Amino acid sequence: MSHLSRVAVFGGVYNNTGALSAVLDDAQAQGATEVYCLGDLGGFGPLPDRVFPILLDRGVTVMQGNYDHSIGHQLADCACGYSDPRDNHYARLSYAYTQAKTSQRWLPYLRALPPFLRREWGGYRVHMAHGSPRQVNEFLWESTSSDAFLRRLLRAHDADVLLVTHTGIPWVRRLPAEQGGGLVVNVGAIGRPANDGRTGIWYALLDIPSKPAQAAALLSAGSAIAVTLRCVDYDHERLCAEMRAESLPEEFVETVATGYWTTCLEILPAKERLRGKF
Amino acid sequence: MREHRLLPILTEERAATVPFFGLDTLWLQLAGTLCNIACRHCFITCGPKEDRVPMMTRARLEELLLEARELGVKEFYFTGGEPMLHPEFFAVVERTLKEGPTHVLTNGMLIDESAAQRLRDLFDGSRYSLDVRVSLDGMTAEENDPVRGRGTFAAITQGIRHLAAVGLSPVLTVVEHADALRLSEARSEFLRFARSLGLAQPRVKFLPLLRIGRETRRTHGYGTGDVVHEPLPPEVIRTLQCNSSRLATQAHVLVCPLLLDAPDAQLGRTLTESLRPISLRWSACHTCVEEGLSCRT
Ligand code: SF4
Ligand code: SF4
Ligand SMILES: [Fe+2]
Repeated sequence: MSHLSRVAVFGGVYNNTGALSAVLDDAQAQGATEVYCLGDLGGFGPLPDRVFPILLDRGVTVMQGNYDHSIGHQLADCACGYSDPRDNHYARLSYAYTQAKTSQRWLPYLRALPPFLRREWGGYRVHMAHGSPRQVNEFLWESTSSDAFLRRLLRAHDADVLLVTHTGIPWVRRLPAEQGGGLVVNVGAIGRPANDGRTGIWYALLDIPSKPAQAAALLSAGSAIAVTLRCVDYDHERLCAEMRAESLPEEFVETVATGYWTTCLEILPAKERLRGKF
Repeated sequence: MREHRLLPILTEERAATVPFFGLDTLWLQLAGTLCNIACRHCFITCGPKEDRVPMMTRARLEELLLEARELGVKEFYFTGGEPMLHPEFFAVVERTLKEGPTHVLTNGMLIDESAAQRLRDLFDGSRYSLDVRVSLDGMTAEENDPVRGRGTFAAITQGIRHLAAVGLSPVLTVVEHADALRLSEARSEFLRFARSLGLAQPRVKFLPLLRIGRETRRTHGYGTGDVVHEPLPPEVIRTLQCNSSRLATQAHVLVCPLLLDAPDAQLGRTLTESLRPISLRWSACHTCVEEGLSCRT
């Protein structure tokens, strides 16, 4: 008998503990048996120290994002990968805030997080990375990642399934059989909305068929694994109030309140940018 | 005799080596060296009568697209000359968008209302991004026209307005041909100017001057001190576009889009032949290394 096992994967907490708890509750209600976080715990939102106990208490398997690496090693910047001066200005503000407010005692934890995760689910080789498997701060956007390029990444990292975050906008790609039939999911970020005009945030649920190993050879990962991107609401008004109390930029608060990005706009490709308001 | 000063100024042994990480970006010299204008700073010396590099045929494009797919290419950039001069320009873009995200570098002068609408239809019809990049070298005719030619400011800004009217937001590319454009305020001024042309989501990219091609006559070429000394730190190597992109023409595959006229930058006819480390022997490499130039958007 084959049955499904359900896994929840999210990324980009950005200090948003309201969203983090809401996602964990939702994943539990949906019957997820394992929960993974693809990194970037800090940045953007308020009070970074509140994040760690939640992740530990609720048994989340966490890997390291560029933010976690930078804060853990007390580097000069977040290495987010922006090129525009305005984007960099806001990135510096939030980095300085998270750095100042993260207690020393969490730095070893951040440093020790693994830079990627490997699993085998239902016979499929799963690679979890932050930006891309080849570079922690590479942006994998839906509209700028060709099928051919994604197949190259899967091949280079001996994977059937690739899970990433870092951009903040979720998408699912099932590669056609002639491109190897793999599955790539950008799980988005739970720390801030996805520039889609909704205040809720996104994460991914994967349903993996557990079958004899040879079944994996018959059915590609792209056709065998079901992916649900879920939008979860949380108390975003409370987050706005907390951000204001911490004197975080009003532009960030506006994003939380409206669901549209006001910063990091220059990194958006043409299609993703046009869907937003700014 | 051409005016390009592209002769190797370092011997192979002394030049810094750049490894090849994989084909991310394929540049396609769609219109060859043909252009409807002849800018005084054009680093590949294009113009209305420049046919030394021919237009790319559909057959050659097809061969390159299929090879690039096998190699795991990520994105495509069409350049020229003026790519919109290609008789099958729209069909070429439509075909390429089936393979991956596509950028078109244009001077914008051929974008009338119907061309803008066709670009918008291609944008909407593809799951990959279509990015249009328009070159403009000043916020006034007085600033732009001495470089790009009389009347070009009006024609280019008209093209941009047509794109804005159909809701497309081109990236405006500005070459830092005058000192004023190198100041940090120039950027925000240009963004304001872009808004005034109707672009609700303005995007601007500043490019450093390349002292090759026609620019050598407008000002000057590189000096003998403008060399790239070995060794380059890894963080500099990571910024160089020649570590992951190639330029294809009708006849050749070359190291990068800057070195169209350097015979020793030709790496073969196929992409596969070109996927190997190179040494930075060319004077233009100085600008990439010193100013962090990348032609990508
Ligand atoms: S800079 Fe561009 S628009 Fe000007 S002549 Fe060269 S190719 Fe044509
Ligand atoms: S000109 Fe620039 S991109 Fe071309 S080979 Fe030299 S360093 Fe690389
Ligand atoms: Fe990140």
